[in-house]
Amino acid sequence: MTIQFNDETFYGDFTFKNSDWAIKRFPFPFHEDSYMYSVNMEPHKSYRPGSVFERTFDVDEHYVAEMKDRARVLANDPLRCQSLPHMTLAGWDLVELIMEAKAAEYPDLFELHKDGNRWRWVNKPLGIDDTFTFLDESTLPYGPMEYITRQTQGDFAVLDQRDDNLWMDAGMVTTQADWSLDFDIGMNFFEWHAPVPKANEMGIFVRALKFLLNIQQGQPARRLNWTMTVNPLLDTSPENYHKWGTMKQGLTMENIGEKQHLRVELQTFFRLPRSNALVFPIRCYLIRFEDLVTVPKWARRLHRVIRDLPEELATYKGFIDNRPLMVEYLSQFDDGSPTSDGIWADD
Amino acid sequence: MSAGTAKLNVTVAEVKPINDLVTRFKFVRTGGGDLPTFSGGAHTVVEMQDGDITRLNAYSLMSNPADRGAYTISVRRDDEGRGGSKFMHSQVKEGMEMVISNPVNLFSLDLRAKKHLMLAGGIGITPFMAQMHQLTMMGGQFELHYSVRNASLGTYAEELKAKYPGKVHIYHDDQDEAIDLNTLIATQPLGTHVYVCGPKGMINWVHGTAEDMGWPREAVHSEEFLAPASGKPFEVKLAVSGKVIQVGEHQSLLEAIEAAGVDAPYLCRGGACGQCETNVVGYDGKFLHYDHWLDDEQKAGGKHIMPCVSRFEGKTLVLDR
Repeated sequence: MTIQFNDETFYGDFTFKNSDWAIKRFPFPFHEDSYMYSVNMEPHKSYRPGSVFERTFDVDEHYVAEMKDRARVLANDPLRCQSLPHMTLAGWDLVELIMEAKAAEYPDLFELHKDGNRWRWVNKPLGIDDTFTFLDESTLPYGPMEYITRQTQGDFAVLDQRDDNLWMDAGMVTTQADWSLDFDIGMNFFEWHAPVPKANEMGIFVRALKFLLNIQQGQPARRLNWTMTVNPLLDTSPENYHKWGTMKQGLTMENIGEKQHLRVELQTFFRLPRSNALVFPIRCYLIRFEDLVTVPKWARRLHRVIRDLPEELATYKGFIDNRPLMVEYLSQFDDGSPTSDGIWADD
Repeated sequence: MSAGTAKLNVTVAEVKPINDLVTRFKFVRTGGGDLPTFSGGAHTVVEMQDGDITRLNAYSLMSNPADRGAYTISVRRDDEGRGGSKFMHSQVKEGMEMVISNPVNLFSLDLRAKKHLMLAGGIGITPFMAQMHQLTMMGGQFELHYSVRNASLGTYAEELKAKYPGKVHIYHDDQDEAIDLNTLIATQPLGTHVYVCGPKGMINWVHGTAEDMGWPREAVHSEEFLAPASGKPFEVKLAVSGKVIQVGEHQSLLEAIEAAGVDAPYLCRGGACGQCETNVVGYDGKFLHYDHWLDDEQKAGGKHIMPCVSRFEGKTLVLDR
């Protein structure tokens, strides 16, 4: 296999680690030295070989460990995966989308063999070789959405489209930045976004919804979003805040480089063909500060972004208390020299 | 995002006249291979190269959505129209290569419905044919009430009655048969959704009747694509691209923008989806708004226009394109 999968954890002893390869391809989210919300959508087309934008669903060295972490979270809290009855067809759409993309783009890792509706799916990294009947739930060990998202990195919100709105009617959510599927299930686009500060006054959501309602088959879109996480926790859910919230305390200049992580979400949007639903995969990438600052441009820019971020945003993203320490740490790596446009490291 | 939708290269596999007005076209992927799956109610935009003019018309997909081997559409010839349907009937032959869009669905089933009540008028039958395939596959409950002018123009009526026994009801205008809408709506089980596709009068009748009988707005679905109206030629200045264009008598404003090489977004090209909404920078004259997208206040406000179907009369019009 072309990818060496890490044996690592995202809880307890936190042995998660990025290789040099993973650091180099990290999706740094800031294209300039400041940050404000925007509907920063672009077509989800293959871009920059080796980057996280190359494949439809990126598979990296964390794949196997992330899937183990998902199984652990689900065992403790089955409500992280829910699908309202009318969303089963969308689940099958997702099975088809992911299996076809992974088999075509990672032929050494995944295989899909079709004989009419009889499908054989081979997932070599996870040691799965299943034969099932497409559109027949009784032939899979889980519902279709749960089956395939237990094998795919990132959270998945599956949105029904009706009445000119989107409805959070199904999802697999175990690697979330402090939101809850169990709380949001059945809500529409405006309801589940209600807690986000400033964006509503800016008209962001009306424009974003209009864009999303018009996403068409064969034309997926993507954007990056970001926040901060202390320790490499994939599961920063409200349900478990009592376990991870306290970890935000106790950062020092000595340990911040190791403990503080920039958390980036690669969000993609696909129209699903049979159900006309929209699937919203939210893929989480983590990088510790001490790895991030090995890229000089990223170190300088992150310092300026965090230093100048409006207070409401730092509060909403949950790091207002640690901001002074972050700025102090990052300032060591900012000599004031200019940064080039765009998100990519200078060669 | 670029204009319109992702394109598919297809070859015409069959051209089959169904009756005096309607012809069916079957498309397969040029060079072989599967076409994308779609959902019942979706349409495709067919590109027609008619001399110097590129015509883009939306037609509902009527084939089984699960059949990825071919798409079929049915086109009703409109002798009063601007020529798209006439082109399809007179110029499109088997073996011809054409370009169509990926499927777009602006008339999808509400999959929460306990039952789907479908009301079709004339060529409005086509999206329901795909939806009935889909519902049969999923085990969904449905009932079709289909109003036709007469038996000889009852496109697919006999075929559908045979295929879905007990679920298809045909009404012939020339025999004074009419859908008893009040009774029909009053006797539906809780959780039924109503779908209507047909002439404007029929759509308004169904929405109005359902509303009068206390049905929730969300349970009534309709689709009506307008054909762009012809009208007096007019001139438009495009502020962003710095071009001055002429809109011909039988050309839409959107087509004129495209003909000038300016990339403009669109999906339905029939005044329904909102995708082509364009900001007005300045004007001196009168808008002829024909779309279903802008509300009355917006139409009176003079700040927006839907260039796929709407027109302008007057001295100057400057658009943000």
